[in-house]
Amino acid sequence: MIASLLGISPAHWAALLAGLKWTIFLSVVGFLAGGLVGFIVALSRISDSVVVRAVAVTYVNLIQGTPLLVLMFVLYFGLPVFGLEMPPLAAACIAMTMFSAAYLGEIWRGCLQSVPRTQWEAADCLALARWERMLLVILPQALRIAVPPTVGFMVQIVKNTSVASVIGMAEMTYIGKLINNATFQPFRTYLIIAGLYFLLCYPLSWLSRRLERKLNVAHR
Amino acid sequence: MSPIVSFRDVHKSFGAVPVLKGLSFEIEKGQVVALIGRSGSGKSTALRCVDRLEKVDSGEIIVCGHRVSDPKIELRKLRQDVGIVFQSYNLFPHLTVEQNITLAPRWVKKANRTSARELAKEVLAQVGLSEKIDAYPEQLSGGQQQRVAIARSLAMRPQVMLFDEVTSALDPQLTEEVLRVIEQLAKQGMTMLLVTHEMAFAARVADRVIFMHEGLIHETGSRDILRNPATAELKSFVGVGL
Amino acid sequence: MDYSFDFSFLRDYWPMLAEGLWLTVQLALMATVAGFLLGTLCAVASTSGSRILRAIVGLYVEIIRNTPLLVQLFVVYFGLASLGLKFSATTSAVIGLTINIGAYSSEIIRAGIESIHKGQIEAGDCLALSRWQVLATIVLPTAVEKVYPALASQYVLLMLGTSIASQISAEEMTAAASRIQSDTFRPFEVFLVIAALYLLLSFAMRGLFWALGQFAFARRRKLGTTL
Repeated sequence: MIASLLGISPAHWAALLAGLKWTIFLSVVGFLAGGLVGFIVALSRISDSVVVRAVAVTYVNLIQGTPLLVLMFVLYFGLPVFGLEMPPLAAACIAMTMFSAAYLGEIWRGCLQSVPRTQWEAADCLALARWERMLLVILPQALRIAVPPTVGFMVQIVKNTSVASVIGMAEMTYIGKLINNATFQPFRTYLIIAGLYFLLCYPLSWLSRRLERKLNVAHR
Repeated sequence: MSPIVSFRDVHKSFGAVPVLKGLSFEIEKGQVVALIGRSGSGKSTALRCVDRLEKVDSGEIIVCGHRVSDPKIELRKLRQDVGIVFQSYNLFPHLTVEQNITLAPRWVKKANRTSARELAKEVLAQVGLSEKIDAYPEQLSGGQQQRVAIARSLAMRPQVMLFDEVTSALDPQLTEEVLRVIEQLAKQGMTMLLVTHEMAFAARVADRVIFMHEGLIHETGSRDILRNPATAELKSFVGVGL
Repeated sequence: MDYSFDFSFLRDYWPMLAEGLWLTVQLALMATVAGFLLGTLCAVASTSGSRILRAIVGLYVEIIRNTPLLVQLFVVYFGLASLGLKFSATTSAVIGLTINIGAYSSEIIRAGIESIHKGQIEAGDCLALSRWQVLATIVLPTAVEKVYPALASQYVLLMLGTSIASQISAEEMTAAASRIQSDTFRPFEVFLVIAALYLLLSFAMRGLFWALGQFAFARRRKLGTTL
C-alpha cells in the first residue's frame, strides 16, 4: 500500500490533482475569454461615442460593485428559471469571464490612457487612420505598461476560482471540502489546499513584481 | 568660558571615502561662525555631525555640554539645545504654520495649547510672518517657508542654531528676507554655525569664517579673510564665489 | 419567454434581508477597523529597520495575498475548531476577514510610509521628537492621507468579500438570500435584489470614506489639494 503524503492518501491526492486541473482550466478561461471581452471593454471606455462609453462604464460598475459569489448564484440558480441549462461548469466559466472582463478592462483602459497624449497626437499628425493609430502606435506602448498589472491580476483570477466550489464546480476547494468530509482533518486539509494555491499564485506574484521593476528601470 | 561647540580631531568617512580628516575647532557663546568651502570639502557633513545626523568614526564633539560623539548620548536632550534649519525647509505639509511650530513644544516640553500658541506668535513675529499663522506650507513662498522653519527651530529655545545652506534652494529675490532674519538673530546674540555660499552675507554677519578644504580647516580668521585671503586655495575660492 | 417576474417575496422576507444586510455591514466595518489597525502595525514593523520584523510581515503578506479568502475562512472556522479553538461563525468571519485585509492594508500603508521624504523625518528628529512621536504625528498621518484612496478601495472590496462568509454559516446578506430563494423558488429575483443591495452598499461605503477623509484630513478639506 503506497504510503500517504502529508496525511493525505494517494486516492485523495489524485482527486486533488483533478481539482487542480479544473482550477487551472477555469483560470485560463477567465483570463482568455475575460481578456477578450475586457479588451473590448477597455476600447469602449475610451470610445468617442457617448453611448458606447456609457454601456461600458455601467458594465464595469455593475460587476465591480457585486460579489463574484452573487454573480455565480445569479447565473447558476437564476438563469435556469428561463429554461436555460446551466451546469456548474458553464455558470462558473461565464461568471469568471464577466468578472475578469470588467477588471481587466479597467486595468487596460488605465494603461491605454497612460500612453502620453503626445503619442496620440503624433500618430494623428502622420495621418494614420483610427485603427492604424491604435494598432501601430498606442497598443504596443500600452502593452508594455499593461504586462505587470495583468500578470498581477492573474493571481486574483486563480484565487477567485475557489468561489466556483460553492456552486458545485469540482475545482480544488470543492475537492478539499470532500476530503475534509471524509477525513475530518480540516486544519491539515485546508492548509494543504492553501499551499497548493500558494504554489500556483506565488510565481505569478513574483513575476508581476519583477516585471514592474524592470518596467520602472526601463522608463527611467 | 567653555565653548558651546567643540570639535577635536574628528574623522569621518562615508564607506571608503574620507570626508573629515581630523577636524578641530571651537565656537564660543554668542559667536556667529560661517563655514565655507567647495562641494565635497566636508562642511555640510561637519554641520550635520553637530546635531548627530551623522555619526563620527573617531574624535570628540561636545555641544552644549553633551558628548555628541558618545554613541550612548541622549539625543532628545541634545536636540532641545540645538536647532537646525535645512536647505529644503522640511516643513510638515499636513500641518498649519502654527501646528508646525507648536508640535515639538507640545509633545516634548508638554506645553499646553494656549502657551504654545503664544510661543508661536512670538517666534513668528521674530521672523516677520505673524499674519501667516494659520496658513499651510504649500500656500507660502520658499522664502516664507524657510522663515517658518527658522521660527519652528527657535520655538524650542535652542542654545545654538545650525543653518545648512538655507538659501541655496531659493530664488535670489527671496534670499534677502531669510538673510535679514538670520542677521537679526545674530544681533540678538544667538550662537550660530552657518554653512553658506553667500560670501557677501558671511562678510556682513560672521564673527569668524572657517574655510574648509578636503576635510580639514584650510584657513580661518575673522570676516576679513574673505576680503584678504591669505592662502592660494581661499584666494581662488573667493574669486569664484564673488 | 413565459416567465413572470415576481418580487412579492420582498413583502414577507424583507426582515430577513435587513438582518443579513445589517450583519454584512457589521462584518465589513469591524474587519475594516481591525484590519486597518493590524495593517498599520505591520507596515510600521516592516519599515522599522529590523530585518526579522520585515521578514515576518513579508511572510504573512505573501501567504495571505496568494491564497483565496474562502480557504482562509475555512482554516479559521473549521481548521481552528478541530484544534480546540472554537469560534462562532460571525467571530470566525471577523477574524478571517481582518487577517485578510490586514495584509493588503499593510502593503498599501507601507508604500505610503516609504514615499515620505527623509527630510521630514530628519526635521522631526531634530526637533527632539522621539521615534514614536515622529511616527504618530508626522509619518503616519501623511502616509495614510497619501494612500487613502487605495485603502478605501480595498475596504469596499472587503465589504463585497463578506459574501464569502456565507460559506462558514455567517448569516449575512448572501446567506439570507440563499435561504429566501430556497423558500420562494425565485432565485433570479432574490439574487438580483441583493446584487442591487451590494451595489448600493458600495456607493454608501465610498461616500462614507469620502466624508471621513474630509473630516480627518483638515488640510485637504480646506485647500482641496492632495499631498
